[in-house]
Formats: sequence, structure tokens, C-alpha cells
Amino acid sequence: MLTIKKPFTWLRLLLIPVVALLSGCNWVVMNPSGDIAMQQRNLILTSVGLMLLIVVPVIVLTLLYAWRYRKADSNRQADYQPDWDHSTQLELVIWAAPLLIIIALGAITWINTHTLDPYRPLDRIDATRPVPAGAKPLVVEVVALDWKWLFIYPEQGIALVNEMAAPIDRPIQFKITSSAIMNSFFIPALAGQIYAMPGMETKLSAVINKPGEFDGFSANYSGHGFNGMRFKFHGLATADFDKWVATNKASDKKLTRADYLELEKPSEREPVQRFASVDPSLFDAVVNRCVEANKMCMKEMMAVDARGGMGKPGTYNLASSTSATASMSDPGKKYVAAICSVRDLATDYPVVN
Amino acid sequence: MNDTFDLTKFIFGRLTLESIPYHEPIILATFAGVVLGGLALMAALTYFKVWGTLWHDWLTSIDHKKIGIMYVVLGLVMLMRGFTDALMMRLQQATAFNGSEGFLPPHHYDQLFTVHGVIMIFFVAMPLITGLMNFVVPLQIGARDVAFPFLNNFSFWMTASGAILVMMSLFIGEFGQTGWLAYPPLSGIGASPSVGVDYYIWALQLAGVGTLLSGINLLVTIIKMRAPGMSMMKMPIFIWTALCTNVLIVASFPVLTAVLGLLAMDRYVGTAFFSNDFGGNAMMYVNLIWIWGHPEVYILVLPVFGVFSEVVATFSGKRIFGYTSMVYATLVITILSYLVWLHHFFTMGSGASVNSFFGITTMIISIPTGAKIFNWLFTMYRGRIRFDVPMLWSIGFMITFTIGGMTGVLLAVPPADFVLHNSLFLVAHFHNVIIGAVVFGVFAGINYWFPKAFGYKLDAFWGKVSFWFWFVGFYFAFMPLYVLGLMGVTRRMSRFDDPSLQIWFIIAGFGAALIAVGILAMFVQFVVSYRNRESLRDLTGDPWDGRTLEWSTSSPPPAYNFAFTPVVHDRDAWSDMKKRGYQRPTEGFIPIHMPKNTWAGVVIAGLATALGFALIWHMWAIAVLMFAAVIATIIIHTFNFKRDYHIPADVVVRTEAVRTRQLARLAFN
Repeated sequence: MLTIKKPFTWLRLLLIPVVALLSGCNWVVMNPSGDIAMQQRNLILTSVGLMLLIVVPVIVLTLLYAWRYRKADSNRQADYQPDWDHSTQLELVIWAAPLLIIIALGAITWINTHTLDPYRPLDRIDATRPVPAGAKPLVVEVVALDWKWLFIYPEQGIALVNEMAAPIDRPIQFKITSSAIMNSFFIPALAGQIYAMPGMETKLSAVINKPGEFDGFSANYSGHGFNGMRFKFHGLATADFDKWVATNKASDKKLTRADYLELEKPSEREPVQRFASVDPSLFDAVVNRCVEANKMCMKEMMAVDARGGMGKPGTYNLASSTSATASMSDPGKKYVAAICSVRDLATDYPVVN
Repeated sequence: MNDTFDLTKFIFGRLTLESIPYHEPIILATFAGVVLGGLALMAALTYFKVWGTLWHDWLTSIDHKKIGIMYVVLGLVMLMRGFTDALMMRLQQATAFNGSEGFLPPHHYDQLFTVHGVIMIFFVAMPLITGLMNFVVPLQIGARDVAFPFLNNFSFWMTASGAILVMMSLFIGEFGQTGWLAYPPLSGIGASPSVGVDYYIWALQLAGVGTLLSGINLLVTIIKMRAPGMSMMKMPIFIWTALCTNVLIVASFPVLTAVLGLLAMDRYVGTAFFSNDFGGNAMMYVNLIWIWGHPEVYILVLPVFGVFSEVVATFSGKRIFGYTSMVYATLVITILSYLVWLHHFFTMGSGASVNSFFGITTMIISIPTGAKIFNWLFTMYRGRIRFDVPMLWSIGFMITFTIGGMTGVLLAVPPADFVLHNSLFLVAHFHNVIIGAVVFGVFAGINYWFPKAFGYKLDAFWGKVSFWFWFVGFYFAFMPLYVLGLMGVTRRMSRFDDPSLQIWFIIAGFGAALIAVGILAMFVQFVVSYRNRESLRDLTGDPWDGRTLEWSTSSPPPAYNFAFTPVVHDRDAWSDMKKRGYQRPTEGFIPIHMPKNTWAGVVIAGLATALGFALIWHMWAIAVLMFAAVIATIIIHTFNFKRDYHIPADVVVRTEAVRTRQLARLAFN
């Protein structure tokens, strides 16, 4: 597949002077530090180059014709054919030229959308190095809270608010959700964004190639505190990353479900918080909207519904929610309490066919 | 009514004195300005004794020309509001650096970008293009009015109702702080419990009724009321684009009505369509709103493509190049506009194949659009181009829109969109196409058809000043936003930490100031033209050497447009008539059957505004009352049997004799 891409790489060469100019500036999208963002930048340059093939002639011709065929005493000799309104060859060209560009761009799009699919595990660390066989990606669970970011590292057993780090050249697998409002998780230097949505889990694969401190933020407006929903992302050498993990481990704070319910309450411009340990089932509970012990998880509810629901008995087991996310979305409503599991249902209400 | 009956709450719902934001000096000053301006206007109307004229000749008028003009006036008035919001945002973003909060707190700033988007799309762009279509379509197809004249008046007033509700939100309560599409869960009752989102919902629902009815009206008009001989493939391009736009309106606005209805149910009666819990799904809202929202983009842009087609052909003194391909390009865009909505949320995790599909369908739209640009280009080729103001706007459009189209196709490449989505690059892109096409096109249209509407041309000097300030201002205002987008700056931020960004915002602010001069110059142009109307007078009815039927009648046209329905033989009907030595009929006039003015549109829309206001503030008693009143008025109106009249033959004879004398005098000179 990569061979198909090659014919168009020369287009990027056209834009090298522009890029050289940009790398001096702070144009992070044009000068990123992660391989995914770098490929996305290259794709932007290729596409723009391809489109300039038609855009530049159009603009030049517009100005040229406007001048050449102006009505003026000095311009009486210009060709004037008021009834000339059709030319099959010309019309073929004006449909075919954009069509060819779009066929090329469409092919590039199809290939790159698949190779750069954020859900797809990485197969390379950068342009020259493939991911070593058997390498395990670093898993980071991301929760967008109002209005701060929670990062959970299941492998290290730590969690942080408004700061994250990753070792360079190790693939990162983000799992992303939100507590109440839609946000978009975006570290421009690392990779493109992906939405963080309540009750849903999105994924993002990325890798950081250069050490450094980069900006991360929410790219989707989420209300009053949106503006301050920013964090620093650190690309660290492996040894430094281990040190960073150890610093977090040294914190005296723990993140239990009860702490999470406290943390998710709306607040703005939160300082960095470090948690030495974290409830390992927390992220799954957030996605399934059942951090509170007395609330049925969405996946259980869906499993119950998939078996045809519970009928009337299901409506008796209601509880009030104390969670901040509940008041952010559905104030005052009662929830079905987590009183039964799919297994209970199967024994109590066997499927009759 | 639980323990004690609270009369105040029963009548006023949740409206209290605290709802009026008198503690905010900016709003208070604006309010004072609006009240003083309003009083001055009313005093002037009383002094010049024009209340009667206003009511009989304008507000209750069912004449498509006057309704068209009222739409354009509404659009221009709302442009001033929407643009003021834009200036405030530019000022905020240019100053809120180095720890400064700027002059707007987030609560106010978040309302500003929400209301700016809503006003510019629904109450500036929509009324302006609807106004142009209303004015031009019947004239261009040789009809005397639209198919449903009363409905036309009612549609206008429903659009105005929505605008009034949005304006009220400035002084009573607040507007939504959700962004212009009000995505849940942010727009849900939990995260946005106040009246802001309710203003949004009801303003759009009221205006939506107007838009939908006007869409049906123009659609039927174009299909059923064309002059004899004007087959589909002889329609002017503007009529084709108006037809396609109204097809899009009829097909897509019900989706908006439905999705806002569902959101309203979530907020008012506790349903769970888009909630986080209870089986709701916010992505359903995002899908539905963009299934309306993307065609909406083409609803706005297709008619101005039509305007450019008319303007470029006229001012190049040539037939439009590639008429057939122009028509098919328009039809292809119409159909494809329904197959691209997901490109607004590539970043919501749809998967590579789905994203590629929608990315590629989006790119495909650029093929017919590109063909259109080439068609205008080759219309200019071997022409005799006159650089009157409408043509300047058209050339400005061709350059600007090409750039906007390119960044649009770039955003349609999903992996590129992942880094550019929601950034200022995106903001720059859609302003690039909406200003570059819709705004430029509407101004081209206003300058082009103004002499037809009022009988005198607009002043060319101030028109050119306006064009150049807009054109240059646009590049200063939005090119920096492209740059900022590439610097990873996201949209809707009310303050910034990185001082290196500030210079770009200052340049953008300078651009906005240039555009402000451009807008001011346009109003100066109106005033200067009015004062010099005698020297700018157009007695021919055909000041630009036009090609289509509207130029065959007088400027302004008589109430009945055409004394005899014209017969069409060729595409550019009026050009063709001129070439074949058409003789204007001067005798044999007969009475003309015309629709009669009615109060019903203003009154029903007024009651609907009150209904919307009552629903927003939970004034249930008043809401029930107003709803009943709306229904009752509609029923009463159905008993109004005096809906039409005949213009007597001698009035037609007299009107036409005046024109005959004018034309004779012109020929003599």
C-alpha cells in the first residue's frame, strides 16, 4: 500500500521552503514530535500540494481573464464572442481536471485514513523503525472531568489530574471517556484529537519520539471552565519516566471510587494532583456510569435488556444518585440500582422460546 | 400549587427582576442605546406620519418584492448585531493575554460565540438569501407573485419572530452558552438549566416554521408559475439554484425541527433522548443536527452561486458558459449534500472505513463546485467585462472561495481533520467560504438588483470602498486564524496563556476593523445613493444591459410585475427579446387579478413570539393562552374571504402609459 503513496511524495518537496520557514516558529501542527502527528502533517502537505495544482491556475486565470477581457477603450482589440457558450473539449477538461485530482486525493485519503486510524495499534515507531515484536503499549486511561483531566495508568497503578507523561518511542494506547460533558482529547505535538464522551469509550494510538514538555487540552467546548482544561504532556526518556512514576508512587493520596465522586464535581483550573494508587476498576465503572456502588452499570443494563428486560420487577429497585455527573445530566432522576446481575436474571427469568 | 398558590410564579414563571442583567454595564449600555434608538425611530415615524404607510404598504403586504426587501432589511439589521458580537470576540481574544481576563468573563464570552453563530446563519445569511430569492424569483420567471402570497408574508414574520426572541435574550435573561449547535449533554437541562438554551430552541423553531413554509412556497412557485416557453432547461441559473436550495430546505428543515423538538422534550418533560443515562445518546443529536446542518451550508451557498452566474454573464456581456454543466453541477451538489454530514465529526471514533467514505463523498462535491468556478471563468473568457460593483464582488468571490474550498477539501481528509478539527483553522475555513461566497454573493446581488427594487442605482464609489475594505479586511481577519490553527490553537477560548499568539490575534482584530469600515461604507452607500437618487435614476428598467426577464419591466416594477405575461423562447429571455427587436405592448390591457394584503401574518407571528417567550420562561398559563390565540387567529383568518382583487384595466393603462412616455423620452434623448 505504501508504494501507492510514493508517487505523490514529490508534492511535499514543493512545500519544503514553507516547512523550513515554519519549523523556526511555534507551529506545532506543522512541526510535531510524535510519529502519528508527523504523518498527519505530511498528509496535510501532500494534499495541499495536490490541490494547489488546480487552485493556483484558477486564481491566476481569474485575474488574467478579468484583465485581458476588461471593457476599456484601450482594450477594443480584445476578442469578444458574446454567443460563445459551449465547448465540449473544454467542458471535458473542466470536469476531468478536478476529477483526476480528487481520484488521487481520494486514494490517498482511503489509505491514510486506514493507516492512521486512531483505533489501529501502531506498527511503527517512526519513519525508519517498526514496533519491535512483542512490545506492549503503555495503556493510559483518560477521563475528561468538569473541567480537568484524569489520567489513570493501570500498568503502574497510578493516577494524575492535569498532568501526564510517556516514555519516548514506546507506543501509547489511550482509552478515553468523559464524566458528563463531551470534550476532545488533543495533544497536537503527539497525535490528532479524539472525542471524550460520557458513557462511551474512544481509543487513540500514538507514540512520542522526542523528549519535551507539550501542551494538551480539550479541543471541544464543554462549558464554563473549558478554557482552563489544559495539561502538560511530558515526553520522557525511559529512565526519566520510571523516575516520574516513582514520584507519583511517593504521593500519599489514593484514588478510590469515593474520592473519584468527590473529584468529578465541577471545578476550574485545578493544580496537578498525584495519586499513588487507584481503584483498578474505576475506568470501567466511569465508562459504564456506575462509579456509585448503588447504580447498575450500563453494560449490565444492556445485557439485561438484551435478554428481554426484567418487566415490572425492574422498576422497584430504584435509588437516588449522589454523583455530580448525575446532576450535570439528569437532575433529580432515580436510577435502577445494581441489585441483580445477568446471571441472577438468567435463573429468575429464563428465556422462554 | 402544592402548599400556597403563588400568583407571581403562575403568571411570570421563572422570570424575576434578577433575570434582567442590569449589573452588566456592557449590556446595560446596549439596552439604553436600543431603547433610545427605538424611541427616536418611533418619534420619526410619528413625525413623518408614516405609521399608516408602514402598516398598509409594508408590514401587511403580500407583494413578494416588498417581502423580499423586508427580508434583506432584517438580514442587514441582524448583521450589525452579529458583527458587533464578532468585534467583541476579536477584541477579547486580542487582549486576554498575560494573565489578563480581557473585558469579557467566560459567562458572557460563551454567549457571544453562541449567539454570533446563530445570528449569522439563521438571521443574517438565511434572511438575505431568502430575501433575494423572494424578490428575484417571480420576476425572473415572469410571474406576478409567488404561489402562496399570504404564506410568504407569514413566513417572513415567523423568521422575524425568531430574530426578536434572540434579541430579547440579550436584555431579559441570557442566551445559550453551548456553541451554535447546542450539543447535548452540555445543552441538557442539567448542565444548562437556565433559559439560554430555551431561547435557542424556540427562536429556531419559530424561524424554522418561516423557513420551511417559504421553501415550499418558492418551490411551488418555480415549478408551477414559470412563463410560457420557459422549460426547465431554459430557466436562468439563479432559478435552478433557488429550486435546488428550496428542495434542500423542504427536505432538511423538518430534521432540525424534530431534533430541536426532542431536545426540548429532554429539557421540558424529562425524556432521555440525548441524556447520558437512561439509554439516551448524545451522538444521535450530533448526527441529526448535521443531517440538517450540512445541507444548510448548501442552502446558503447555492443561491449565491446563482447570483454569480447572473452577474458574471451580465457584466461579461456573454451567455453563461456551459449552462448544462452548470445545471447538472447544481443538481449533483444538491444530492451529495446529504451524503457528507459525518465529516463534521470524524473525531468521534466512527472507524476508518466510515470516515473514508464520508471524506471522499465530501471531496467529490468539490468536482461540480470546481466545474462551476471554471464555468464562470470561461464566461469571462472572450467577454467584455465591466467592473461595476457586482462584478467586483464576483471576482473577489472566485479568488476567496477557491482558497476556502481548498481548505475545506483538506479538512475532508480525516487524518488531517484529526489535527485541524475544532481549531481556529476550521473557524478560518468556514468564514472563508461563508464570507467569500454567501456574504460576497449577497452584496453582489444587492448591488445588482437594487436599481430594480428602488428605481435608482447604488452609488458606485461607496460600493467600491465597501468592497475593498471587506475584501482586504477578510484576508487580514482570517488568514491569521489559519496560522493559529496550525499552531494548535483551539476555538472558543476566552483567554490565552501563550504570549506568542497575541500578535496574530491583533492582526485578526485589525482585519475585523477593516471589515467594520466595509460595513459602514455600505450604509453610507445607501444614504448617498438615496440622496443622489435623481442622478442615479434608472428609467430604462434595464440599467446593466441585463439578460433575464426581471430587466424587461420597469424599475421598480409595478405591483403586477408584468402587464402581460412574457413568452420565453431562449435561455436569456430578455437578451433574446432585445435581439429580436421586441416591442413592448402599449394597448389591450385587461384587469389583473392580484392577492390582497392581510394582517394575519403579523398577528399570528406576534402571538407566536409571545408563545415562545412564555415557553422559555415557563409561564404556562400565558403559553396556553397564546397557543389558543394562535390557533384561534388561524381559524379566524380562514374566514377571511376577501383575499384578492382586480387591478382595473384603466389603472394598468395609466401605469403603462407613464412607462411608455419615459421610454420614449429616453429614446428621444
